[in-house]
Amino acid sequence: MDLTTHLLQKHKKRILEIWMQNQLADAMLRDDLMSNDELRKQSEELLDALARAVASGNFDNIYSSEYEAITEILSDISITRARQGFSPRETSMYVLSLKQAISTVYEEELSSSPADLYREISNINKILDNLSIITFETYIKGREEVILRQTDEINEISTPVIRVWEGILALPIIGTLDSARTQIVMENLLQEIVNTGSSIAILDISGVPAVDSLVAQHLIKTVSATRLMGAECIISGIRAEIAQTIVHLGIDLSNIKTKASLAHALQLAFSMRNVEVRKTNRTPTAGLGR
Amino acid sequence: MERIPILKLGPFLLVTIQIDLYDRLALNLENDLITMVSKTSAKGVLIDISAVNIVDSFMGRILGNIASMSRIMDAETVVVGMQPAVAITLVELGLTLQGVHTALNVEKGMELLQKMIDLQYGSLDEDEEEEPDDRTD
Repeated sequence: MDLTTHLLQKHKKRILEIWMQNQLADAMLRDDLMSNDELRKQSEELLDALARAVASGNFDNIYSSEYEAITEILSDISITRARQGFSPRETSMYVLSLKQAISTVYEEELSSSPADLYREISNINKILDNLSIITFETYIKGREEVILRQTDEINEISTPVIRVWEGILALPIIGTLDSARTQIVMENLLQEIVNTGSSIAILDISGVPAVDSLVAQHLIKTVSATRLMGAECIISGIRAEIAQTIVHLGIDLSNIKTKASLAHALQLAFSMRNVEVRKTNRTPTAGLGR
Repeated sequence: MERIPILKLGPFLLVTIQIDLYDRLALNLENDLITMVSKTSAKGVLIDISAVNIVDSFMGRILGNIASMSRIMDAETVVVGMQPAVAITLVELGLTLQGVHTALNVEKGMELLQKMIDLQYGSLDEDEEEEPDDRTD
C-alpha cells in the first residue's frame, strides 16, 4: 500500500472532520438548502470513494474506471445542487475545501519529510483539481437542463389553442415565432382541429414583437397546413408597424385572410359560419343588466 | 394487382385510401379515377386520406394531378381527413396542393361538393365555385 492510500485511509475520520469544519465555517453555507447531517453523509460517501480510487495508484487519468464511482457521486451532487439553486461558488467550494482538509492533515503527518509532503500534496492536488473541473462541468450541465426544460415549458404554455366558439379556434401567439415555436404551434393547432372538428382557426399575432420574412414564412406555412387539413385560417392582430414591415419586405399575404384585431377576425369567422350575434332586450327581472 | 376501390355516390365519386400508397398504386389510382370520371361523368371526386400516414412529394403531385385532370373534365376534387403530421410534412415539402379543395372529414367534404355543384348549376357562374370559403356546415 502506498503512502497516499495509507494516509487517506488512516486519517479519513480526521479529514472528514476538518472538511466538515471548513464547509460549516464558510459564511456562504446554505443550510437552508441542505441539512448538516445530509452534508456529512454525502461528504463521507465521497471521501470513501476517493480513498478507494486512490488505492489504484492512478493519479493522472481521472477518466479511468477506478474513478468512475467518485465522478458519478460528484456528478450527482453537482447536478442536484444546480437544480436546488446553489451558486457555482458554493458548488465548487465543496470539492476545494476537501483539498484544504487533506493538505492540513498531510502537513501534520509528514512534517518531518518535506519531500514526501510535497509529492503527496501535489498528487492530491492533481486529482482534486480534476474533480472540481468535473463538478463544474456537471453543474453547468445541470443548469442547462433546467433552462432547456423551462424553455420547453414556456413554449408549451405560451401557445394555447382556445375554442372561442363552436367550430372556431383561436390561437394567441405570444413571443417571437421561431422555427421550434412554429412547429409546436402548428402541431397543437392541427391536433385541436382534428379533436374539435373546427373549420376556422384565428391566429392572433398581437403578442408577436416583430414579424420578419422568416416569421411570415412560418405563418404562411401554418396557414397552408391548416388549409390542407380542410380548415380556414384567419390571421389577426396585425399592428401598423407589422403591416409596414410586411409590405416593405415584399411578403405576399394576399391569399391569406388578415384582420387588424381579434374582434374583427371573430366577426368574420361568425359570418363565415353563418352565426349571428346580436343584443337582446332583457326584461328588468333578469337582474344582471346594468 | 392491388387496386383502390372507387365508389359512385350519386353525382360524386368516393375514394377512401385505407393503406399507405406506394408509387405504382398511386399511378393506378390516378388512371382509374380519371377513367371513372369520364365514364360516369361525375361532378365531384372525394378522396379520403384519413388512414394515410405517409404522403411524399410524389403522392402530393398525384393528388394535384388528379385535381387538375378532374377540373378539365368538369369535376371538383376534395381531399378530406388529412392527418396533422401529413399536413405538416406536405407544407415542409413546399406542396400546398393549390387547386385542391380540402375538408375536415367525409361529411364536410360531401357538403362542400354539394355546395359547389349547387353554385355551378344554380347561378351558372363558373368562377364562384373556386371559392370554398363561405361554405356552411
